[in-house]
Amino acid sequence: MIKILLRNILRIIVLVSFQVFILNNVQFSGYVNPYFYILFIILLPFETPGWLLLSLSFVLGLSIDLFSNTPGLHASATVFMAFIRPAVLGYFAPRDGYMPGTFPRIYYYGFSWFFQYSAILILAHHFFLFYIEVFRFTDFFHTFTRAILSSAFTLLLVLISQYFIYRK
Amino acid sequence: MQNLIRFILRNHFLLLFILLEIVALVLVFQNNYYQSAIVFNISRNVSGYINTKTYSVRQYLSLREANTALHEENRLLRNELFSSYKSQVPPASEAEFDQIWERRYDYIPARVIANSVNKQHNFLSLDKGAVHGVETDMAVVSGNGVVGIVTGVSENFSTVIPLLNVDLRISSKLKDTGYFGSLYWDGMDPEMATLTDIPHHVILNRGDSIVTSGFSAIFPEGIMVGTITDFEIYGGNFWSVTVNLSTDFRKLNQVYVIRDLLRKELLELERSAGYD
Repeated sequence: MIKILLRNILRIIVLVSFQVFILNNVQFSGYVNPYFYILFIILLPFETPGWLLLSLSFVLGLSIDLFSNTPGLHASATVFMAFIRPAVLGYFAPRDGYMPGTFPRIYYYGFSWFFQYSAILILAHHFFLFYIEVFRFTDFFHTFTRAILSSAFTLLLVLISQYFIYRK
Repeated sequence: MQNLIRFILRNHFLLLFILLEIVALVLVFQNNYYQSAIVFNISRNVSGYINTKTYSVRQYLSLREANTALHEENRLLRNELFSSYKSQVPPASEAEFDQIWERRYDYIPARVIANSVNKQHNFLSLDKGAVHGVETDMAVVSGNGVVGIVTGVSENFSTVIPLLNVDLRISSKLKDTGYFGSLYWDGMDPEMATLTDIPHHVILNRGDSIVTSGFSAIFPEGIMVGTITDFEIYGGNFWSVTVNLSTDFRKLNQVYVIRDLLRKELLELERSAGYD
C-alpha cells in the first residue's frame, strides 16, 4: 500500500515536470500539443475511490495550470476525464472483473484493452480541453483537427511509455 | 436531513465532479480575459434581445397615446393647409420671393484629376481652386452622393479627403426615420462603409437609404450616402450598419463643390453659443 502511494507520488512529480519543462515547449505547426501528463490518471489503481480520483485529477490539472498560466483550464479537463474513467473501466471490464493486485497496464490486460481504454480517456480529455480553450464553435473543424491530432500524439506517447518505462 | 445526507453520500461522485468542475470553470472565466469577454458578450446579447422584445410590447401598449398625438398633429397640419386659409388665391408670382435671400447653397462644378481607392488614407485632387471660390471645409458631392471634404486649396487646385479615408467621419441619418449616427470607412472595401451609433430599437431594413444629416455645417441635409446592406448589434445597444456607398469612387469624374453661403453666420452663432 505504501509502495503504491510512493510510486504514484513520484509519478505525478515526474509527469508534471516532464509536461511543463519539455512537452509544453513542443508545438508542431500549431496543431499538435501533446498532453502526456494525463497518463497519471490512466494508470491509477482500479480500487481508487471516486472522491480521491476526482481530487487527484483536480490537483494534477491545477498544477499544470500553475505552470502554463491557464488557471482552471487543465483542471476542468482532467476532472472531466476522471469523471468518465469509472464508466469506461466498467464498459471494458473482463467477464470476471479486474483481478485484485493488477493495474491498468498492457502487461496485465493486453494491448487491445489498454489501447481502447486509454484512447477514449485521452480523446475525452483533449476535446474538453481544446473546446474550453477556444470557447466557441465558429472554428469547429479547426479545433476538431487540433484535438484529434494531439490525441493521436498523446496516445502514441502513452503506448510507448508502457513498453519503455513501465516494463512490468 | 437524513435523506439529504444519504442522497449526498450516494451521489458523492457526481456531486464532487460538478463541484470541482464549477471551481475549475470559475477559475477559467475569472482569470482568462478571452473566455470572460465571450461570456460577457453572450449575456449582453441576451439582455439586448430581451430589451428589444419588452420595448416592442411597451410600444404596443402605448399605441393609444401615439394615436392621440398623431391626431393632434394632423389637426395642426390641416390648419396649415392652403385650403384652410380664407384667400384661395396663390401668391402673385414666384418673383415675389427674394431669391438671393432664399438661396443657401452654391454648387461649383469640378473635375477629379487624381484619385486613389486602395490605401487607408486616400486623397482626391480637383481642378478648381481658390480662384474659383473653393475654400477648405467645403463639401464635395457627385451626382450619386457624398464624396468628401476639401482640405487644402491652392490657386487653381484643391485636395479632398474622400469618404474612403479612415480619418473621415460624416454625420449621417436614416432617410425614413431620421435617426442619425456617425459614418466612417473601415479601410477595406471601397464600396462599403459603416454607420454606427444607431440605437438598436430602430427597425432597419436592407435597402434603406442613408443620407447626410446636415448637422456638421459642411454637408447640406439629405445628400445620398448609400443604402443599407447589412446590420448587426455591437456593444449591446447600437446597430453597426454596413452601408453600400452610392458613389463609386473608382470611376469618379465629375463632382460638385458645395459652398454654403450661410456657413459663416452659422459658425459665428455656434461659436458665440460656446459650441466649438
